[in-house]
This record gives sequence, C-alpha cells and structure tokens, in this order.
Amino acid sequence: MNEWIGERRDVVRKEMHRPPGEAPESGTDAVAIAGLSKSFGDVKVLHDIDLRIGKGERIVICGPSGSGKSTLIRCINGLESHESGAIQVNGHSLGDDRKSKLTIRKDVGMVFQHFNLYPHLTVLRNCTLSPIKALGMNKREAEEIAQHYLMKVKLSGHEHKLPSQLSGGQQQRVAIARALCMRPKVMLFDEPTSALDPELVREVLETMLELAGEGMTMLCVTHEMGFAKAVADRVVFMDGGRIIEVAPPEEFFRSTTNRRIQSFLSHVASPLESFVPPKAALA
Amino acid sequence: MLAFNELSSLLPPLLEGALVTVEVSVASYLIALVAGLAIGLARISRFSPVRMLAACYVQFIRGTPLLLQLFFIYYVLPYANVVLSPFQAGVLGLSLNYAAYMAEVFRSGIAAVPKGQSEAGVSLALTNTQLMTYVVIPQALKIVIPPIGNFFVAIFKDSALVSVITMKDLMFTGQILASSTFKHFEIFAIVALIYFMLSYPAAKLVEAIERKLNGHSEKSNGRRRVFGFQLKRAS
Repeated sequence: MNEWIGERRDVVRKEMHRPPGEAPESGTDAVAIAGLSKSFGDVKVLHDIDLRIGKGERIVICGPSGSGKSTLIRCINGLESHESGAIQVNGHSLGDDRKSKLTIRKDVGMVFQHFNLYPHLTVLRNCTLSPIKALGMNKREAEEIAQHYLMKVKLSGHEHKLPSQLSGGQQQRVAIARALCMRPKVMLFDEPTSALDPELVREVLETMLELAGEGMTMLCVTHEMGFAKAVADRVVFMDGGRIIEVAPPEEFFRSTTNRRIQSFLSHVASPLESFVPPKAALA
Repeated sequence: MLAFNELSSLLPPLLEGALVTVEVSVASYLIALVAGLAIGLARISRFSPVRMLAACYVQFIRGTPLLLQLFFIYYVLPYANVVLSPFQAGVLGLSLNYAAYMAEVFRSGIAAVPKGQSEAGVSLALTNTQLMTYVVIPQALKIVIPPIGNFFVAIFKDSALVSVITMKDLMFTGQILASSTFKHFEIFAIVALIYFMLSYPAAKLVEAIERKLNGHSEKSNGRRRVFGFQLKRAS
C-alpha cells in the first residue's frame, strides 16, 4: 500500500497545476476561518481556530480522537453551529440564517465516514436529487452530469443499483460522485476511509488522488498518512481543540520538533517505511 | 339456536350495519393518516407555538376517553351551533382521536431515521422541506408501517363506539336486534364473527404490505431462537 502511494504521488505531482508547498494564489481564499470557537454545552471543543485555505489547496487535518478535527470541518458547511469567530467560503460569510448556509452548501461538498447514501434511492437518483431540487437542473442534464462523475469514480453501469447492493468502497465512491455532481468549489472529507475494509480503502484513496490532481480544493480529515504525504499541500495537526502545527508534509513528517506530534506519528505507521518484522520475531 | 329462516332475516340488517362500520372506519382512518402526519410534523416544527399547540392536542386527546370525545362532538358541540350528523360526528371523533396517536408514531418514525441522512441531505443543499419530502419521510414510512397498520385493524373495533351516538353501525344494529328478538347469544356471536371477518383481512393486508416493503430477510428459512424465546419465522 505504501509503495503504491509513493508511486501515485509522483503521478499526481506531475498532473497538478501547481507544485505542492508553493503559496496558493492570492485573492479570495477558498476557506477562511478566524477565531472560531465552539462548545458542546460546557465542553469547549474548538478554541479560537484560525486557518486560511487557498483555492486548489489540499489540506489534511490529523490528530488524536477528540481533537476537534471533525467538528472543525463540520462547522465549515454549517452542520455544526459555532459560538464565536467567522467562517467564509469563497468570500461568502457563513451565518446562522438558512440563506447563507444554503449558499455555502452549494459550494461545499462533503463526504462522510459512513457514506450516508440514501438507501431508498438508486445510485443515479442519489446523484441527481440535489442538482435537480437544489440547483434547478432538468432531469436529463442532471443525469448526464451524474453519468460523467460516476464514470470518473469508475462506477458506470451501477446507476440503477441500490446502495445496499454495493460494497463499502463502491458506496463511498458513489458518495464522492454525489457530492461532485453539485460542482462544489471545496470538498470536505470526514474520515472517508475509516469505515472501510482495508482492501477497499485503496480504491477510495485512488479516487481522491485523482480529484486532487485536478485542482479541487480539498480538506480531508484522515488517518491515512500516506495520503497526506502524497497529496497534501499542508498538514494541520490538531489536539484538544487547537491547531498545534500547520506545515507542508515533508516538514511535518520529518522535521517536527513537537513532542506531541512525534508521539502521534509514532502510533500511525510511517508512510514511507513498510513494516519489517525484526529478525528475532521471525526465528 | 337459530333456525335458518330466522338467520336469513337477521343477516341483511347486520350486513348493512357492517357496511356502515366499514365506511366509518375507512373514512376515519384515511383522514387520521393525513391529519396524523401533519400533526406529527407540527410536533417537530421550527416554530415553538406550532410545536406546543400540537403537543397539547396530542396530550389532551390521548388523555381522555374516545367515548367522551365522541359525546362531546355529537352532544356538546350543538350548543356552539355546530350540529353534526352521527356519521359526521363519528368520523370526526375517530379521526381526531387516531390522528393524535398516529402523530406520535410519525414523529418517532422520523426521529428514527439515521441522523446521517439529514446531514447528507443538508450538505447537498436541500432545504428542510426537500429533505423531509425526498429523504426522511420515505425512510420513516418504512419504519412506521407496522404501528400504522395496527391502527387500521384497531379502528374497526373502536368504530363500535359510534353506536352510542346513534350511528347505525354493526354494533348498534346488533343491539337493536338482540333486544327485540332476545337472542343475545346468537346475535352477538354473529356480530363478533362479522367484526373478525372485517379485521382479519385487514391484518393480513398490513402484514403483506410490511413484507413487501422489507423485501425478504436472509433469515427467511427456519425459525429463530433468541434467548430461548422462539420467534416466528421471519417472513
């Protein structure tokens, strides 16, 4: 798996319009978060978060569980409310009102850990429902777009199946296609491969790599550090509701001096070294 | 026991009464379905006055006897210049009553749809109405079919109460005939049989709908034992 990621990394790098680590284009940030704080009742889960993400940037957010990473990206598309701070997507402010939330949600796509496909609708209908209802497309147009994205995630021919007839990896790829059918400017991924069997993780990561290679702005909460190495422009490490470090992958994985991060990384397999059992264990 | 010729003179009025029972039951059930869904949605409305109003309604209806509600509509409303026929009062009373119970079932069915579904829907820029219509309620319907179907069977029996507000349904007709022929046992035995023949097909119909909606589960062969209790063969 890790060698494969290493190979793919070079391919993705060649396809990208902009080498990783280079500063994103100036102008409106894709996502701008300033002073964001959120509590669940008495428990403060996000402390004064500042983060700016440029267009086309790929960000991986990692950290121990409970660090607030999922909550952070769920705040960006309004799934979670926030008490203080400002969130802007493509220049639009996210407020409490339904109108601003709707505007932002048309620009932000989200892929969930547990896929959340509509079980009572076919794959095609899953993909076309929102373009028809929320964007006002007509059925033929929406279906064409759906076919296009289903082909991109390598699932043509499955249009009339129900989600229950697909494997987990296929369902997640449908979920990605479904989000893409809305032509978002930013894609959020909330641990997209965490609920998948290991054999199925690869097909989803491959889809995400291709997406990254096409210049989509991506924010991905994940434990797949190999993916971060291959694709991320910057890695954001969170702990206890705070951003501890933001750095390009090389810097983050190799030369971080932060003890907390070093400890975290030692528990997550290092991306470029395959696990080799010590000779003693083999004897 | 009854001789055949006596039976043949008693059956027609009883069957007419049964027809009335069916009319009242089906009409009330359909109205209760629509009203129940509306009130169930009102219970989870964004607007708190709507929520509170719906909650009070449900509490009040569920806290008072159906019989009392029927009396109220038929005997008390005329004092407010609202005079209804026995049929109208019966259907109104039954449907208002059942709507309250259905509202609670719809509400909990909607709540039982996984939260991830609404999260996905709103992330895909669906409005609340669209989310409900295309994502949540279709899934909730599957969940609520058993209890809602149960109400269909139950309403046939509760419809017997309209006999006390002078509706000439099966129960009423049976009482009249029994008191005039003094053959209480035979008449009420037949009445019971007719009620059963009305509700049993209804129960079977509900079962068939349940089965159709759920497809065939993998455990459809053999019986299942759970903690020593033997469950019926999953259909």
